[in-house]
Amino acid sequence: MIAYIIRRLLYAIPILLGVNIFTFTLFFVVNSPDDMARMHLGVKRVTPEAVESWKAERGYEKPLLVNAEQQGLAKLTDTIFFQKSVNLFVFNFGQSDSGRDILYDISQRMWPSLAIAIPVLLVGLLINITFALLIAFFRATYIDIWGVVLCVIMMSISGLFYIIGGQFVASKLLHLVPISGYETGVASIKFLILPVIIGVIGGIGAGTRWYRTLFLEEINKDYVRTARAKGLAEQMILFRHVFKNALIPILTGVVVILPLLFMGSLITESFFGIPGLGSYTIDAINNQDFAIVRAMVFLGSVLYIIGLILTDISYTFVDPRVRLS
Amino acid sequence: MPELVFLWTDILVFLLVGLVTAFILYARRRPHLSRPWRMVFSSKIGVSTVIVLLFYVVIGLMDSVHYRPDANASDEKSVEMLSLLDYALSDMRLRQEKTYSAPLATHLYAKENIEQPDGSTLRDFPRLKYGGAHLDDPLNDYSRDLFKQTVIGMSIGIGIWLLLSVIIVLLLSLNNHRSFNDQLKVVVYGDPHIPWRTALWTLLVMLLLLGTLYNLSQYYHVLGTDKVGEDVFYQALKSIRTGLLIGTLTTLVMLPAAILLGIMAGYFKGWVDDLIQYTYTTLNSIPGVLLIAAAILMMQIYMSNHEAEFASLVERADMRLLFLCMILGVTSWTGLCRLLRGETLKLSELDYVQASTAFGVGHFTIILKHILPNVVHIVLITVVLDFSGLVLAEAVLSYVNIGVDPSTNSWGNMINSARLEMAREPIVWWSLAASLFFMFTLVLAANLFSDVVRDAFDPRLRSQS
Repeated sequence: MIAYIIRRLLYAIPILLGVNIFTFTLFFVVNSPDDMARMHLGVKRVTPEAVESWKAERGYEKPLLVNAEQQGLAKLTDTIFFQKSVNLFVFNFGQSDSGRDILYDISQRMWPSLAIAIPVLLVGLLINITFALLIAFFRATYIDIWGVVLCVIMMSISGLFYIIGGQFVASKLLHLVPISGYETGVASIKFLILPVIIGVIGGIGAGTRWYRTLFLEEINKDYVRTARAKGLAEQMILFRHVFKNALIPILTGVVVILPLLFMGSLITESFFGIPGLGSYTIDAINNQDFAIVRAMVFLGSVLYIIGLILTDISYTFVDPRVRLS
Repeated sequence: MPELVFLWTDILVFLLVGLVTAFILYARRRPHLSRPWRMVFSSKIGVSTVIVLLFYVVIGLMDSVHYRPDANASDEKSVEMLSLLDYALSDMRLRQEKTYSAPLATHLYAKENIEQPDGSTLRDFPRLKYGGAHLDDPLNDYSRDLFKQTVIGMSIGIGIWLLLSVIIVLLLSLNNHRSFNDQLKVVVYGDPHIPWRTALWTLLVMLLLLGTLYNLSQYYHVLGTDKVGEDVFYQALKSIRTGLLIGTLTTLVMLPAAILLGIMAGYFKGWVDDLIQYTYTTLNSIPGVLLIAAAILMMQIYMSNHEAEFASLVERADMRLLFLCMILGVTSWTGLCRLLRGETLKLSELDYVQASTAFGVGHFTIILKHILPNVVHIVLITVVLDFSGLVLAEAVLSYVNIGVDPSTNSWGNMINSARLEMAREPIVWWSLAASLFFMFTLVLAANLFSDVVRDAFDPRLRSQS
């Protein structure tokens, strides 16, 4: 088991290196640092000195890959690629283009993101599984047909509508909660409750429909027929056997996204003014702060790979037949 | 003399239409492809969603034929580029009000100082320049005129519907060698093979809606006007092209890479497989939104530094749309590639493929003759399933400012600008409602259609039911 995990972690290195080379190409080769400097300083009437000082302040003045002026190992280390990309491996994100420490910002901003993402995930899971079980219990009746139709309708509504509509009804018409904002501590609940509810509602359509498929797949298996032949009641079959077995794909599906919860939700956070990592990313995109975008791309990739490893491990826990080798 | 203009996306749209036509001709003679399609068209949901989608497609195609009205005008830049849809809706396009006005309103949304004939000023809602301008006394005539125009619009819709129905039944009767009356009976009582009755009902609903809206739009702003006084209905119709393009061109762009690499990985195995798997795992591990954001930001810089390369704003916006499709394609080809790899792995172990190898048939021929035809259904299901997600993604991306160009008409841009209007008093809801409704209809139709297509093509699901 431990050997397997170590091997998987080693596999992750070439992938992260690939991500790094990709972002490096995208950010520094497609457009040179000069282009970026001119973009930030305004395209017209910008002096070469201003461009140079902008680059020097942010460490973009070095050569891209090989620094011929340095001696020995510094030839490779004193370059943009090493300073900006390789350093990401040790989570040394450096400073954003506006001069703030990225790692500190991330460590501060991940908590509000989690405060929304975790309740949305847990409550959503509970509600979706309940609905899906209900629909699966009444399969091939009108409840099933109309339940699925309702799911498809809810899936077809843009997520933006749920947010705008929810804010309008709850905050503007009924004055139940503030429209947006955030406070630390217990006081944050009144700011978090609406985004969580909206997040859950927005996910019901797709979630319920997907879990229903999983339940139905399980119901069609042989052991269920055997259980029925033994004379087990339908509720018993559904909750004892089908539910437990269908939980395997549901749980492993959840494990994949667990690490990515840190990244927060871009749209929800920016609509509700919650200072999480999602709104951090959006601000960075709008301010064209490439250092932050680069750091978030790397962080996202790391979390995704961790999610994949966790999924494989979780298979062995929920299904003893799976052996890792 | 009008001169046709081909934008890059236009060319790709017509290429796509050509490909779809070619595919239909190809599939007609192959039972394993035509049988599932017959199943799709024998289901009521399948038929009615196809008709709704057809309306969208026709509007989108009309909007993809661009021309310059007067090629000989003095300076190139001042000549606006128009599409066939612009021409058909030129009334709506040109009737620009001053600012917001509610749907079907006769007066402006905000009070203004109006100069009276006797020189004094009065603070009131001014009349609209075009909306309801034909009414002498809006207070009394308004509701009667609205009713009248609705009835006229509905009659137009019913008229067109009757005409189309007669043509359809006539064609059917010729095709099936029945008399017109017999065929009519079959249609009315329900054709067991193709639910023509459902099709005609859907057509009636759509034509009634379209006729009414179109006739009303000749006299009013059916869905109101936006901040600069543009007709919202016109904007929503123009956005259809953007939505369809994002949904289809993305797939068109990514398809060659996904099919080629997926089949290669599954067929050749070994280091080819490793390399391709590595590529898509790497791309997949980058969060999609961030990848799109990074790429679009880079393109913005490139464009602002190379402004001279784009002849006009429209061409620039068009390039951006195309680029967005490409970058969305980069983030979405991995799923299909993985599916195709798995399926090819399975197929290449089958006896007939092994036999071909033993006979010394070349790799290329085996892939073309034996592998490709057997994975077409996977490609098809993925294409149809991806569509609605992409349309929804466009709105979100435009909200984050990494979507289409702000000057392009799109539902995302409409929602984005409508966001602040919700805070106004009284609230301006029509722009938001219009874009959400148009998007919802398209996505719902696409979702229902894709369910039918998947059920028809997926043999595993078919055996279960």
